[in-house]
Formats: sequence, C-alpha cells, structure tokens
Amino acid sequence: MADVVSFAFAFDAESEAELTMLVARYPAGKQASAVIPGLYVVQHQMKRQTGSAWVPVKGMDALAARLDMAPIRVYEVATFYYMFNMAPIGKYHLQLCTTTPCWLRGSDDVVAACREATGIKGWKETSSDGLFTMTEVECVGGCVNAPIIQVDDDYYEDMDREKTLALIAALRKGKPPPRGSMIGRQNSAPVGGPTTLHFAPEA
Amino acid sequence: MPKLTIDGIEVEVPAGSTILQAAEAAGIEIPRFCYHERLSIAGNCRMCLVEVEKTPPKPIASCAYPVGEGMVVHTDTPMVRNGRRGVMEFLLINHPLDCPICDQGGECDLQDQAVGFGSDHSRYHEHKRAVKDKDLGPLVKTVMTRCIHCTRCIRFITEVAGVPELGATDRGEHMEVGTYVQKALSSELSGNIIDLCPVGALTSKPYAFVARPWELAKVDSIDVLDAVGTNIRIDARGPEVLRILPRLNEDVNEEWLGDKSRFAIDGLKRSRLDKPWLKRDGKLKPVSWAEAFQAIADKIRDVKGDRIGAIAGDLCDAESMLALKDLMASVGSTNVDCRQDGARLDVSRRDFYSFNTSIPGIEEADAVLLIGTNPRREAPVLNARIRKAFVANNMPVGVIGEAADLTYKSTHLGNDPALINALHDGAHAFAATLRNAKKPMIIVGQGALARPDGSAVLAAAWRLAASVGALLSDWHGFNVLHTAAARVGGLDLGFVPGPNGKSVAQMLDGGVDVLWLLGADEVDTARIGANTFVVYQGHHGDAGAHRADVILPSAAYTEKSGTYVNTEGRVQRGFLAVSPPGDAREDWTIIRAFSQLTGKTLPYDTIDALRQRLEQTNIVFSRLGYLPRFGCTDLTGPSGDPLALSDLPFEALVQNYYQTCPISRSSPTMAECTASKSPVLAAAE
Repeated sequence: MADVVSFAFAFDAESEAELTMLVARYPAGKQASAVIPGLYVVQHQMKRQTGSAWVPVKGMDALAARLDMAPIRVYEVATFYYMFNMAPIGKYHLQLCTTTPCWLRGSDDVVAACREATGIKGWKETSSDGLFTMTEVECVGGCVNAPIIQVDDDYYEDMDREKTLALIAALRKGKPPPRGSMIGRQNSAPVGGPTTLHFAPEA
Repeated sequence: MPKLTIDGIEVEVPAGSTILQAAEAAGIEIPRFCYHERLSIAGNCRMCLVEVEKTPPKPIASCAYPVGEGMVVHTDTPMVRNGRRGVMEFLLINHPLDCPICDQGGECDLQDQAVGFGSDHSRYHEHKRAVKDKDLGPLVKTVMTRCIHCTRCIRFITEVAGVPELGATDRGEHMEVGTYVQKALSSELSGNIIDLCPVGALTSKPYAFVARPWELAKVDSIDVLDAVGTNIRIDARGPEVLRILPRLNEDVNEEWLGDKSRFAIDGLKRSRLDKPWLKRDGKLKPVSWAEAFQAIADKIRDVKGDRIGAIAGDLCDAESMLALKDLMASVGSTNVDCRQDGARLDVSRRDFYSFNTSIPGIEEADAVLLIGTNPRREAPVLNARIRKAFVANNMPVGVIGEAADLTYKSTHLGNDPALINALHDGAHAFAATLRNAKKPMIIVGQGALARPDGSAVLAAAWRLAASVGALLSDWHGFNVLHTAAARVGGLDLGFVPGPNGKSVAQMLDGGVDVLWLLGADEVDTARIGANTFVVYQGHHGDAGAHRADVILPSAAYTEKSGTYVNTEGRVQRGFLAVSPPGDAREDWTIIRAFSQLTGKTLPYDTIDALRQRLEQTNIVFSRLGYLPRFGCTDLTGPSGDPLALSDLPFEALVQNYYQTCPISRSSPTMAECTASKSPVLAAAE
C-alpha cells in the first residue's frame, strides 16, 4: 500500500485539456460530477507515463483538488467501480467475461487459453514478465458476440481458444490486432451476413 | 400540515416530515440504526420498516418516506414484524457475536433491537466476513468487523464536524468504513462518532475494557474545559470518573461534546493535590489544614490590604470566586482579577463581555465576522453551530486574524487590526456584505483582547457592529467568545479590581506581598515577585502550585457542586459526581474555613447561603439554565479609543486545542492527541 499512497502524480498537459473539457460539461459548481471520467483521465495518464493503467492515491488527491471535493469522496467512487485499478497492473489488462452468455459460448476455453499463454494462475494476478493482468469481470454487455475479452478499453469478440492464443501472441509483440469481432462479422450482425432484409421492401 | 393515522393514533405533523418523525410525535417507537435526527437521511439500514395502506404491498422505510394527507400507517403488522426480523437476520450475518468482550455491551442499539425485533436464531452457517481495524488516532477505537454500515459516522464527520475524512470504500460485501489512507481524524468533535455508532465498531480508546454501563453512577454536570458550558453527564464508579458524555441541550451543545472535554478526564487522576503543603526552609512539606491556614493568617496579619491580591483561574466556579472576593474585601483588599490572560474587557455593561447573540441565535445570522479568534480551537461545539448555520443558509464568514481551516468556507480578510476600522469606513469589500446582512454577527476572540491595545480592539469592534446594523432592538450581533469557563461568571460577580485595585499585571512583578491564586495556572508565574507570598488553592500540581508557598488542595469540577456562566452569560450548575481525593475540599469551604482565622468569618455556612449571596451580588445568577434573548438599545460603546489600534497581527490564544488547562495538561490522552494530531492540523491550516 505504501507505494500506492506515495506514488507521485501531477496532471500533464493532455490530461489537463481533457479535464477542462469534462468539467465544462456540467453546470458551474457541479464539477464534482466529472469524477468518474476524471478517474479515467488519471488512469490513462498513468498508462501513458508508466505503461500500467492504474490510479494512485496522489492521482485521486489531484483530481479531488481539481474538482474541489474531499479526497475521501474520490476514494469512495474509485474503489466502488471495478474498472479503476487501485494498484499497478500489467501492460495489458485482460478482462475476461465469464457471465452466463459468455460461459455458454465457451469462456472457460478462453480463460484456460489465457492462463496457458500468460502463465497466470489466479485472478487479479500479473504475469511474471509484467505484461498481462487477468481479471474476471461480470457481463460487459457484448453477449451477442460472446465470448469477450476486454483488453484495456478494447473489446475482442467471438473468441475461442486459438484466437485467444493468437491475440496474446500479438499483444506480446506489441501489435494489438484491430478490435471487434475476430470472425469478421459486422458489429453484432449474424455470422455469415444478414439473414433478413435481403432486398429492399416493396413500395 | 398533513394529518395521518399511525396505529390508530391521529397525528398532525409539518409537511415534509417523514413517517418516522410522525411516529415519534405520536409516541410510537420505530427501531432504527442509520436514521439520526441531526444527520441527513441515508435510508440504508432498513430497520424502520412500516406498512402504509394503499401503497404497493411491501414494507416501506419510514425514515425516508414523506408523510401525506390521510395516510394510514401500521407499525406492528405481520409484514412489518417479518420484515424487521429479516433485516435483523441479515445485519447479524456478518456481525460477530462478541458482545461479552464488546465495550458497547449494555448500551448497544443492535443488542437491544435484536432482542426487541430480531429472531431467536440465525439460518446462516457460512463463514462470516472479517474486516481489518482502522487506526483513527488516539481517541476512537475501531473493531470494524462489528460495523453494520449505517454510515452515521461518515455523515457526522462530513456534515456536522465539517472534516470529510471518513467514507465507505469498496462495495457490496467488501464495503468498509474508514479513511482509506491511514490517518488520525483531525476533527475536534471526533469523539461524538462513538456516541453515534449504534454498535461497538467505534468505541472510546481510553475507556476500552474499563467498565460496563450498569456499573456507573451518572451525574449531570457542566463542562468547564472551554467556555461553551457544554452539558455533560459524568459517569463514575466509586472514586473514579470513568467517562464523560454529552447531555442534550438544544440551546447550548445540542448533543455534541468536544474531544478535550470528553477525553481529558484521565488528567483528573494525575498530578492531583491531595493534602495541604507548606514551604519551610525553601521546601514544600505536607502539613495539616490548621498549620497551612495558620501560616497564611500569620502572613496576612502584618500585610496591608492593598498589598494582598487574588487571581482566579479559568476553571473556577462562581461560588468560590465570590467567597474569595469577600475574603479579600474582609482584609481590606480590592486587588482581585479573574482575567488571567489580561484581556482588556470592559465590565461596565454585561453585553460588552458576553456572547450576546446566544448560541441558538447563530442559526439566524446571515453574515459573520471573526476577529482574532479561531472558534474551531477555542470552542469546537460552538464552531459546529456556526457551521450548521453556514450549511443551512450559506452565510458569508469573514476572518480578521490568523488564517485557518474553520471547517466551513471563510474569507480571510487579513491579519491587521486596522481592517476593523477599514470595514467601519466601508473601505473594504466585506463591509458591504456585513452592511447588507439583516442579522450580522461580530465575534471577538480573546486573542484580540488579551493584548495592550485590547480595549481599542473591543471599542473598534463595537463601533463596527453599531455601524453595520448588528445592534438592533431585537438583535444583538456583538459577541465576545471566551475560552475560560470561569470568566463570565467572574466578571458577573465583579471579580475585577475595585477602585484603586490592581489588575493581574500589576499584581505580578512584586505588586503585592501576598498573592492568592485560585486555580490560576495560566499567569506567568515567573513574573511573580520573589518576595511575594503565594497561596495556591487548586487541584493540580501545575504552574501555580510550583511557585506556591502554601498549597491548599481543592476539588476539580467533577468533585464539587458549582455554578458556571458560559460565554453567552447562561448560568448553569454542575453537581458532585465523586469526592475530592485525600484531604482536598470544595473551594468555597476552604475559603470560608480560613476566614475564621482572620477574625472576620464569612457570613455563609452552607452553599445555599452562599448562592443567595451570589444572587444578591448579581441578579443574573438567579436565572439558572435560562437565557433570555435580548437586543441592544444603547449603542454607547465600551471605553477605549477605536482609533488607538496597534498594527500587531492577532495571535490566537489557544494554539493547541488539546492542552489548555491543568486538567488537560495532566492528561496522557491529550498529550497523545497533541503529539499525533497537531501535525495534521498544522498541515491542514
């Protein structure tokens, strides 16, 4: 905990610009409403600067000062939501959905493939090379394209064992593949193309 | 005002009240954990379930449900009972059954309500969760596994104390109440969260494993460690005061108590004077009362009246001060003074030296100017009332003096006495704020008065109050905030130098040959003349006793019945909870007994006779507990030239809240607070 508390943090120019934009969205005096997007700003800046997307205590303090709220109010929000990492994580955050739809579509295989490729045993653990952290998450809302792995902020959909191994190999090389469906479907359209509305309705 | 029926009883309550409040008005008890009438409504414990007719058939949390016209409420139906039993079962899932080793045992809401509303068994057989204890500093002990997440402590610290340091982090089963980053609570009111906690999660650290509530004898009294006159209950077992709790008084402290007043009681057991001492051959030796009295009498006999003086300390009761004043008069001395700090107070009129707006009056104010005072340190309970008014109507607060975090937003105007006159002349932006306010308040602290130009500051502040419309026939906005419980009482009964009498400063430096210190420890004892014969009458071996030639041991405030006048001028009476240690006696009896040796025995044999004399001295002493509100019709200001201000910045008189008197200086708990909390405070300011 000690380094989490003492880790130095100050907003850089890019974050400042984002915060200015965020605060402007809310009425004057209600700037505290920007706390959740503000925490993302902190987490993204940490990713830019250290390669690990997490929120240090000094970062929350800086955000509290910026939004004129008590630091404890920021701690409460940050610890409530699982998308904010309160301790350093690996370079890539593998967030694996194991809720019913993904599980029915084979998330167990995806999880096993991740463990095999990264050597991580439990949840919320980081691989020995510091590249990957595996987290089990509840439904991420992409059930049509299940199973899903969320890497940092990007969804990789329609996963299976092979595609997972390939994804992790690509990440290892520092070349993340394009996000979205891994079997080439358009958004959440049916696999293999549309099955309805083949023709324009008659006038 | 909507009318509703609760369990067949019809009540009428103001619109916007909740069902729970209406039930209280009807005299029906509804169990609750999170609801507290002085905190915001959280509605998260679900214990206060009731059934309301013509609503969806489900139990309703009465603490958060507003009343409506014609509503029919039932608080004792099978659905309600089942609901509450279920809530209780859930609360007990993670609550350890460690009542036998829990300090809350016997006064625990959870215990009581489990008996009253719970089930006789639990269906839960899995593992209970355990939560790491938090370190909240030297006053509040935590056993967080017992916490039922009512969030009363969070709401109190945020809303009333104004120091948002507690919160609920994580969520669901992992939710924890704490500071997240380890730190001691920096509030001077932190002890109140112990009272608010409905379970044993937050208990008193110094009182841990000391006693059970049913072993304690409870006595109502008045706190004397600051000048607010907080109403307290002293809990004692045998000869020992074990704890002090606040007592409800809406007009003074509501139900709060400052940490010093609550926790300094371990100082009552240390450095106590329990027998008379007499200096012989340069060394203090224990003697009998008769020998001590004889030594003083022998000394006084050969000294002229104007070479004898008396100084009263900060914790004295009015009775003993009057007895001492009468004793001094009987030996021909008018050298008496109760202003140890040398505050330049004008005693010609009572409203020149008291907190005239009154504490409940603060809530009506719409602008406040603080001059040379930090009420957070000098009177935290009163400061909470200022904060309450600030939260309610967002009144502007200006500060002339040291910049400080007062727990509410304040405008620091600067630390130059000349600003008072600048405001009077309208040459400062804040002047308009005061002028436009309907009920402005000006609060002058002792830091502004206990200095050479104190009377000028007082006069300038009065002149400012008059010019901004703070002195009206129905509103008195001029206030002096005292730090000593004895001060207003002393001024009321005239414990000030008479004609040609000497003040504290004049009695020092050899100004008198015999000096009687009645619990006076804040005077600079190094300045007492080398040949001055010092009689110290008091309860602690502090500064005064160290310089004394004769020590007369007396009773502390928990050990005597005494009358105190708080900073508002409210007369209140405390009662004896335990006996004084050893040979120590109540102060007025010591003075009365000694007076026999001077040949002019004081004319009162009982405390009632002395109190009659008190009422004859000043009629205000007959108004026990009651303070009439008054305005100001005579705008003539106190003596002093408002233009004779020096340019010395104001310095707060109380630098360390935790150690201000012999009792708190002897207290190990207060020493710990000083060590652990002051850096936090210093950083915050």
